[in-house]
Amino acid sequence: MKQSAIIRILVIASYFIFLLFSWSMGFNPGQQIGQNFLSFSVDMLKILPGAFILIGLFEVWVKRETVEKHLGEESGVKGYLWMILLAGTTLGGLYLAFPVAYTLYRKGAKLSVIFTYLGAAAICRIPMTIFEASFLGIKFTAIRWLVSLPLVIITSILLGSYLTRRGYKLSAEK
Amino acid sequence: MYLYIVAGLALLVSLIFSREKTIRALKIAARQFIRILPTFLVMIILVSIVLYLVPDEFISRYLGSDNKFAGVALASLLGSVTVMPGFIAFPLAGILLQKGVAYMVIAAFTTTLMMVGVLTAPIEKEYFGLKVTVIRNVISFFIALTVAVMIGFFFGEIFQ
Repeated sequence: MKQSAIIRILVIASYFIFLLFSWSMGFNPGQQIGQNFLSFSVDMLKILPGAFILIGLFEVWVKRETVEKHLGEESGVKGYLWMILLAGTTLGGLYLAFPVAYTLYRKGAKLSVIFTYLGAAAICRIPMTIFEASFLGIKFTAIRWLVSLPLVIITSILLGSYLTRRGYKLSAEK
Repeated sequence: MYLYIVAGLALLVSLIFSREKTIRALKIAARQFIRILPTFLVMIILVSIVLYLVPDEFISRYLGSDNKFAGVALASLLGSVTVMPGFIAFPLAGILLQKGVAYMVIAAFTTTLMMVGVLTAPIEKEYFGLKVTVIRNVISFFIALTVAVMIGFFFGEIFQ
């Protein structure tokens, strides 16, 4: 663990030294990479603080029993519907869905529901869908939804029950 | 922007009900945010490099090949290793369409782009562990291929 942390710091440091070097020497590829870095960082920083504030509020206010009842082992079909609705309103991309899914899991949501949320957050986000339909047509979007969503739910149930049988626990608690 | 309106309103309501709980929520938010920040930094670095190595022109040049199935294979690989916000990806997909790229190739590209994340794997791994990250991404890859095939079928591209 220690060693990988050191490697990570070295990689990050050399990246920034490379950017600084490219910028001062006018090295074009480095400058473009630097611009990419800046625009993506700004994108993320615009979304992340707001999202984590909501996650924090959720952690504090929502009772474990509530999540367990609606999204836990006994939740049934409704649990999946809730997740698809939540996923539809998720912003950003998968990178934001991971912490949300993890928070839900810690509050007692079952694994298959969590994986449904991750899959649906990738494919069913409403703003993105509107964008897609306006560029590629409603038919395209409709087929994509009708094919991918059932597959996401089925594979989530299979993966969830496989992992539960194996006694899997999410590993982020350190 | 409406994220901050929602977050702001939620904070306000929370503050009205309990000052103490709100502070606790903000502490949790800050702690989780800081804990995942280094991993995000690594991801952004990877994205910035990949986006330079695989620019838009490269994508449109190689996806328009006559062999649709080679196109689907290439598109799904490209979509897996790239991260692109929707407001870039879909206009690009629109341009590809006008250039005559098949719907199924575009479906393979956009669906893997959405579902499979090689570059976001470091973040996913941090929360779910390596094994689940690999399984979920492999499953997602095959779902994306299925979507591409079905799109090809319904747009009459498969049997041409």
